[in-house]
Amino acid sequence: MAEIRIENAVKTFGKVVAVNQVSLTVHDQEFVVLLGPSGCGKTTLLRTVAGLGMVDSGRIMIGDRDVTYLPPKDRNISMVFQGYAIFPHMNVFDNIAFGLKMKRAPKEEIARRVREAAELLHIEEFLERFPSQLSGGQRQRVAVARAIAVHSGVLLMDEPLSNLDALLRLRMRAELKRLLNEIKATTIYVTHDQIEALSMGDRIAVMRNGEILQFDTPTRVYDVPADRFVAGFIGTPPMNFLEGQIRRENGTPCVMIGDFALAPIPEMHEELLKRDGRSIIVGIRAENMETLSEPAPDALRVQVLVVEPLGSQNLLTIQIGEDVIKASTHPDFPVAPNQDVWIRFPGDKIRWIDRETGRTIVPDLEKLVSAP
Amino acid sequence: MRLALQRRGLGQLQHGAARVRVRDLPVEQQRAIRARQLRRAGTYAVAIAVALWILLPIWLIGTLAFSAPADVRAYPKQAAPIPFSTETMEFFLNAEGVLPATRNSIVVAGLTLLLSTAISAPAGYAIARYFFRGRDAYRLSILAVRAFPIVILAVPLAVTFRTVGIYDEVYSVALMHTALTLPTTILVVSSVFASVPRELEEAAKVFGCNAVEAFWRVVLPLALPGVAASAIFTFVMSWNEVFAAVVLTLENRTLPALILYNLDKSGDPFKFAGGFFMLVPSLIFIFFVRRYLFNMWGQITK
Repeated sequence: MAEIRIENAVKTFGKVVAVNQVSLTVHDQEFVVLLGPSGCGKTTLLRTVAGLGMVDSGRIMIGDRDVTYLPPKDRNISMVFQGYAIFPHMNVFDNIAFGLKMKRAPKEEIARRVREAAELLHIEEFLERFPSQLSGGQRQRVAVARAIAVHSGVLLMDEPLSNLDALLRLRMRAELKRLLNEIKATTIYVTHDQIEALSMGDRIAVMRNGEILQFDTPTRVYDVPADRFVAGFIGTPPMNFLEGQIRRENGTPCVMIGDFALAPIPEMHEELLKRDGRSIIVGIRAENMETLSEPAPDALRVQVLVVEPLGSQNLLTIQIGEDVIKASTHPDFPVAPNQDVWIRFPGDKIRWIDRETGRTIVPDLEKLVSAP
Repeated sequence: MRLALQRRGLGQLQHGAARVRVRDLPVEQQRAIRARQLRRAGTYAVAIAVALWILLPIWLIGTLAFSAPADVRAYPKQAAPIPFSTETMEFFLNAEGVLPATRNSIVVAGLTLLLSTAISAPAGYAIARYFFRGRDAYRLSILAVRAFPIVILAVPLAVTFRTVGIYDEVYSVALMHTALTLPTTILVVSSVFASVPRELEEAAKVFGCNAVEAFWRVVLPLALPGVAASAIFTFVMSWNEVFAAVVLTLENRTLPALILYNLDKSGDPFKFAGGFFMLVPSLIFIFFVRRYLFNMWGQITK
């Protein structure tokens, strides 16, 4: 049982608050991704769990133990570093065996577990080599093998794939996911790559300025981002934002985008009516708009600025009033730049974001952010 | 910038059809190429001149140290040790006081090496790894020691050593040399430690080391070549140091002090042989540890 519980963690560097009152619970054997732009405090938070940086206040629990003030070696964790940090003066075997040797495991057990870890990462033929004789991808595998060989139950990963080239990263991503499924360690994985986060995590904690904005499953984070930042950070392309005005018509709300009237789904009526007369941000993902080449009564006429063929889809850049948005279409959809198309906004795919708070308006917002 | 663009143009031409020769290029491009070749030739000429300025005296000393004493006294001096003879060197090594002085020098240099490394390793590590109040002031104060000319320090030191009762001792010279070499060794060693990635130390800690174990198992092995280089450097500095050695000793001379003392009393063979004997450790040092010292100037060793 290796649940990780971070309670009200605060970490400052001089005058900068790197981690601000963060609480986060990672269940036993869960894979949680800390995602955010650089400088958001995700690595700092990970290091407080590792013991490489002590929290200024707050508490860190691993399992039932309070590890807040324990040095890294007494926390029963293992870690994969961004720069791999494998020891250049030891061969691959000794690198993988390092943690076991420090624990004074019996020789036969060390040999067995090193072999096991090496086989899982397909590096068993390199055991005698030194790191300088390995490629970047192989070093990365050594770093992971070293981390899993100690069977610590808690695995911390700090941007482990960021130093690999794009193709290798894609392969390692799937491989790591399979591996972590197999070894069943409780994992915290830090990355700034939202695709990595979406594809690997059981849950994602999106961070910004030292705070967790949303802690949820990848699908929820993608479909119902908690606020404008998360919506604009996650997804390729990120969510589109349009400026709308709320108006009451016959007792139901209606949102005007220029002259075009958008009809919200009934579940949103109450919340939107509270903001009658104010402006609101309409968020919609590129793939959730329907693009039509013919006019339709509930479709908005727009002008296409750019067409980008991406193979599996075409990405259109579209001007709506002051706003520029992206819409994806089937590659067969007939369209050329400067041509007019009509787009339809499916009511259940629209996310309504309050202008003042930047928060997404959902009737059950409380469920989005984990309770401390 | 202009050159780079021109070269790119050349590359495209070559890619297209038959090979293009420099003389087929437009005149102004030919001129630019020639100007660049000229500049490079100039650089080499200066480098060769500097090298000769240093190498010629060394060659001359080596030549005469391995010629017979009669040839050494003759004029003009020889350009190569032909006929080869070890007579001059033997004469020098058998001269009175040379062997005890050599022993003294080795003891002093060895002690200096030990003391200096033992002090500079922790100091250098602290400067490289920890941010502490007054770190920059500390670093500056290390250099400040070098700012005091030893000429000024030597006489009060001699008086103090006499009062304390360690004057004319081999150990007191070693102490003095340690003080003299520490500024350099601390800075070199700290740059060596700084070049060991912090992440490696953290990895060691995560995988079961405390701070001391992480240092012994990971940091020190990786820093060892550089630390060894700086240790040898202190050895050579001490081996060559003459001023403090002269002031602080009377009977127990180190080798440079002895040679300096005998300089005007002895003939050319003694001087050349002594010079060569003094030179050898420095030469060995330069060949083996050159690249680690470059670390100090922020260059990359690989």
